[in-house]
Order: sequence, then structure tokens, then C-alpha cells
Amino acid sequence: MKNETLPEVGSILTIQKPVFDQILSRLKEDNYLAIGPRIRNESLVYEVIEKMEDLPRGYTTEQKPGRFRLFKDRHSRYFDIIPGAHSWKQFLFLPRAELFKLRKNGRGWETTSEKTEIPKYAFIGVRACELAAIQIQDGIFMRGDFTDPIYHVRRGHVFVISVNCTHPVETCFCVSMNTGPQVKQGFDLNITELDDLFVLTIGSELARRLLTGIPFENASGYILTSVEQKIGTAVQQMGRKLDPDDLPQLILDNLDHPYWNEIGMRCLSCANCTQVCPTCFCWDVVDEMGLDGKSTRRERIWDSCFNPGYSYQAGGNTRPTIYSRYRQWLSHKLGTWKQQFGNFGCTGCGRCITWCPAEIDLTEEIAALRMEVSQ
Amino acid sequence: MTISNSPAQRTTPQSGVLLNPQWAEVTAITPETEGISTYWLRFVDTALQQAFRFEPGQFNMLYIPGFGESAISISSDSQDYEKLGHTIRFVGNVTHAASRLKVGDVVGLRGPFGTHWPMQEMEGKDVFIACGGIGLPPLRPALYHIIRNREKYGKVTLLYGARTSGDLMFPYEYDEWRKAQIDVEITVDRGTANWNGRVGVVPMWFYHFRIDPRKTTVLTCGPEIMIRFVIFEAMARRVPLDSIYVSLERNMKCGLGSCGHCQMGPYFICREGPVFRFDDLQSFFNIEEF
Repeated sequence: MKNETLPEVGSILTIQKPVFDQILSRLKEDNYLAIGPRIRNESLVYEVIEKMEDLPRGYTTEQKPGRFRLFKDRHSRYFDIIPGAHSWKQFLFLPRAELFKLRKNGRGWETTSEKTEIPKYAFIGVRACELAAIQIQDGIFMRGDFTDPIYHVRRGHVFVISVNCTHPVETCFCVSMNTGPQVKQGFDLNITELDDLFVLTIGSELARRLLTGIPFENASGYILTSVEQKIGTAVQQMGRKLDPDDLPQLILDNLDHPYWNEIGMRCLSCANCTQVCPTCFCWDVVDEMGLDGKSTRRERIWDSCFNPGYSYQAGGNTRPTIYSRYRQWLSHKLGTWKQQFGNFGCTGCGRCITWCPAEIDLTEEIAALRMEVSQ
Repeated sequence: MTISNSPAQRTTPQSGVLLNPQWAEVTAITPETEGISTYWLRFVDTALQQAFRFEPGQFNMLYIPGFGESAISISSDSQDYEKLGHTIRFVGNVTHAASRLKVGDVVGLRGPFGTHWPMQEMEGKDVFIACGGIGLPPLRPALYHIIRNREKYGKVTLLYGARTSGDLMFPYEYDEWRKAQIDVEITVDRGTANWNGRVGVVPMWFYHFRIDPRKTTVLTCGPEIMIRFVIFEAMARRVPLDSIYVSLERNMKCGLGSCGHCQMGPYFICREGPVFRFDDLQSFFNIEEF
């Protein structure tokens, strides 16, 4: 049944799966650059997608501390795959961003930066934990006393097509952090994938207009119940738990507990966790001077509190040992972040657990700290 | 949940709120001691220079193209609108590049950033300034402010020390300050043949002074070890923790509370600091390597 009237914001509809390609075409016509999960060189990455078949249909991941396996499964769902190392952070908070270029002019300097083309992104397949992380970074890069122009200009245009997770993996704990698995707000279009249909929730005026002429049906009561069931199952299947009730005080009251040394002996300070974490926001600025000393390029790059140079200060290093750097990371993420931004810096995506070569699992470390402290 | 109990002390930076520096010319260089000089800067844009305001204790990010930026406290009088003094110790890549600057060179400036000394809150009280080494420059604007408004403050003491007499900052100003009714007491860690004055680290000389804990504010800046002992001495004399202010230093890259480097606990030292009221710091200050 082809509906002539556009559905209202907030309404829930279903579309036959191949119709999703029409949505992708519409986005392309409107000059959006669609980014979504893809398999590339046996890795799960976020890259440009042109059509539905670019999505990792039928793939699943197996994730454990320090372990990530990608394999083709027996299902044929497009969005069943739980995110890998890539997060959406790289498109808004760029890993490398040129600030300006200068050329020497007499005793002074003149700016020679060129204008760059800023793409209009459509993020396809954003999970609840990921959307929560984007919103956390919104509060860091766009706030009252400081708005980062690089983040701001990219974020304004983003069209978010989110996905309710129906099959979490072992490292997931979004339920503990109250961020998922259901996407409740902040999206343009939200998808719940059933075996033969996509159930869409319209989240914005933009999404409404995008659906002009797209064949859809209003979601029946049966469909709505199926969606609820799937979300309920996902909640039950959460891989891990982290009890945030006694945070941040558990950490802040025990900053000098010897247990931090215990973790420090295992941690390699490799900075993987900060790289894959979708909320980590630390950055550095470097000058690249031309060989003739007459020009320079200033670039902002990602940094990590695990890097030894991060806490370098004239005369020494304030965190020379690994345990103090691990403590800085965790006491920030689940501790002082709350005082700084009003929320926790963690959305329960589990990437730091999967990608830690030392298999450090912060849900276990918090539980262990709690136990150590109570003795 | 508010981050700090200190009264709101933040002012909006007037230059380089984004990451683009404003250009400033070096108008004069005052060599101070071995490895330390004061660079006098004036914005190339004269309207900006005339409109630029800072509070004692704030800092600028000084940019040497090709090398990078360094956070430098403003050490000149906040009522001097003609130029800005930045006292720099040459200790790293950027500051060594700064040491090669000549009068007429142009550098980048962003700021002013950070919290400032509690000049208003201290009115009507005695002021005890205990600082060491390169800790005096960030306090100099506070001294100038006190001198210009001398009747608003009670007994004002400057207890200042450096490693040796050759390392003392601004010795040519001490007599002027004494004339303005500031009790200037100098000490050195290590005596040398040409030194006839006090010998001993700054905290050690506290016993020499009568400090009324009911109406004294203590300001301190310098090497962290000295700060710790100054606070210890102040607490031993029952100075309340909300009457002790310290200025801290950390690796700073942005000055905007964004890059994360300068964090100590929940505080971005560039934004909730560098001047802190000690009661806000207490729970974090004594944790090793925090």
C-alpha cells in the first residue's frame, strides 16, 4: 500500500528490506556522504557505503577481552554486527585536522590555509551506545565557554540512521550504563531489523521528508510486539554488567589504593583503549615547520593519557609510571568526568575490553576494586 | 554539582578563543637571571592591545611558529595597557626558541586564560605571599594591584626565596615595594660569598612572622614541593583552607579546557585554575602521581 501522506514524526512504520536502497539513493541525491559498517580486508570498518549490499550482511562478531573475530554467520541480517574498533568519533573529532598554515613575511607571519570541503555525513547503523557517545562528545566540543569549529561544522549536518541492537556480544554493557540497547532519542531514523522487514521510527522532520514516495506500511501491533520482544531479549543477553551506583565515589575515595598498582603491572600503556573509545577526547597540537624555516603547518591530532609524553612538564613527568596513567584514564572515565560534564564518560560499548591486548576488562576492575576496598 | 567552591573567577579570553593566535611584536627584552628573561609584547593590532585586559594570575599561550605554544603567566601590571610582560624560563623546545627572539620579532598570543588571584576577596585582610624561584612572576601583577590599592589591604608580606642570590627574580623592585609598605623578606636556599641575607628554604622562615589566621590570606606559587610545605606551615598556624590560594602548573596545549593535558582530577588547570583555593584541591593534592 503506497501512502500518499507523509508519516508524522514519532510514527513507526515497516518497509520491505530492498526499499532501504531507495533511502540510500535519496540521501546521495541530497549530497549526503553515507558512512556505514563494511568489511574491508577482513576487518570491520566505517566507510562510505553506496548501496545496501555494501553492509556486512550475514556477518557477526565474537568479542571477548583481547579478542575480536569476524565471521559469516547463518543469518542474512544487515545490521546484526556489533561495532569493531572504528567509531563515529573519527568523522566529527578528526584524528588529524589542520588548524592553519603560515608563511614568513618579514618579521611576521601570514596565513596561507586553504578552505576545505566539509562533507555532509549520513551515519548508517549507529548503535545506542554509539549515539550516546556522540552526544557525550557534543557536550565536550560544543559547550557554553568553548565550541570547537571543526566538530561543530561537521556535527550540524549529520543525518543519523540508528539501529536497535538485537544481538549484543559478550563485551556489551550498555544496559548498566543506561544507554541502550534501544535508541530512544537523537536520531533521524531508527531501525529495528526483523528477519524480513525493517521497522523504522521517524525521529525528525528531515527523515519524514526523506520518505516522500517511499512505499511503507504502518507498523501493526504484532510488529510492535516483535520489536519489544527483540529489545527485551537483547537486554537479557547483555554480556557484562557494571554497577555504577557507587561511582564516582568508589574511585575518587580510593585513588591511593594499592590495587591500582596491580592493574598497572598488567597494563601495557599501549593506548588502544583510548583510540577505540568513542568518548575519549584528548588531543595534541603539533607544528610542522618547512625545511627552510619559512613556513609551518599546525595540526591537531589525537592524543592519549597513556602516552608517556602526555603528562610531560618542564622538569619532568607527572605520571611516569603506568599505574598512574591507567588510574588517570579510569578515574577520569568513570570518576571525575561526572564532575566535569554531568555524566559518565562510558556508554558501555565494550570496545576497550575487546581491544585491550592485556585483556583488561574495566567492568571486572571496578568490581575488583570494590571488593578490595571493602576488605 | 559545582566543580569548585571558589567564587566565580573566570574571564572570557579575548584572543584566540579558537585556536588562531593574534600576532604580537616583541618590543623589549629584559634579561632577569641565568636562563630567564622577560619578553615585553604588544599586539600588532593596536585596538586589540588597548582593549586587552587580564587579571593578576592569568596566563597567555605564547606561540612561536614552527615550534609550538607555551603557557606563560603574565608578569606585568594589569593596568599597563601599552604592553604585556611574559617572564620565560628557557627549559624546553618552545621556550628555547623564545630565547632566540629579538626585538621586532612577531609571535602569536592567545589569552588571557585561567582563574586569577582573589584580589577582591582579600580586601580588608592581611596578605601573606610565600613564593619561590619562578613563582614570583605570576604574583607580581598581584603586588602591583595591592600597591595601587594599598589602603584596601592590611599587613602585606612577601616572603620570597630562590636557590641562590643569582636566581632571585626582580631584585631591582624590592626597595620600591618596601616603600609601598610591603614587608619584603628575601631568603636563598644556599648562601654564596656575596650574600649577606637570610639562608634557608621559604617554608622554614614562617616562624619569623606573626600570622593572624583569622584575617590572613596566603598566596603561594613556586616549585610544587615548596607549595606543599608552605601549605603545611600555613595550616600549622591555623590559616583556614579557604584562605590559602595556590597557582599550579601542568602541561598545557590549548588553554581552553578541551585538550585534556592539564587535568588534575576533575579540574582543567587552564580553566578551573591555575589559581585554586586550597580547599578545592585538598582531596587530590596529596595523591602520588595524580
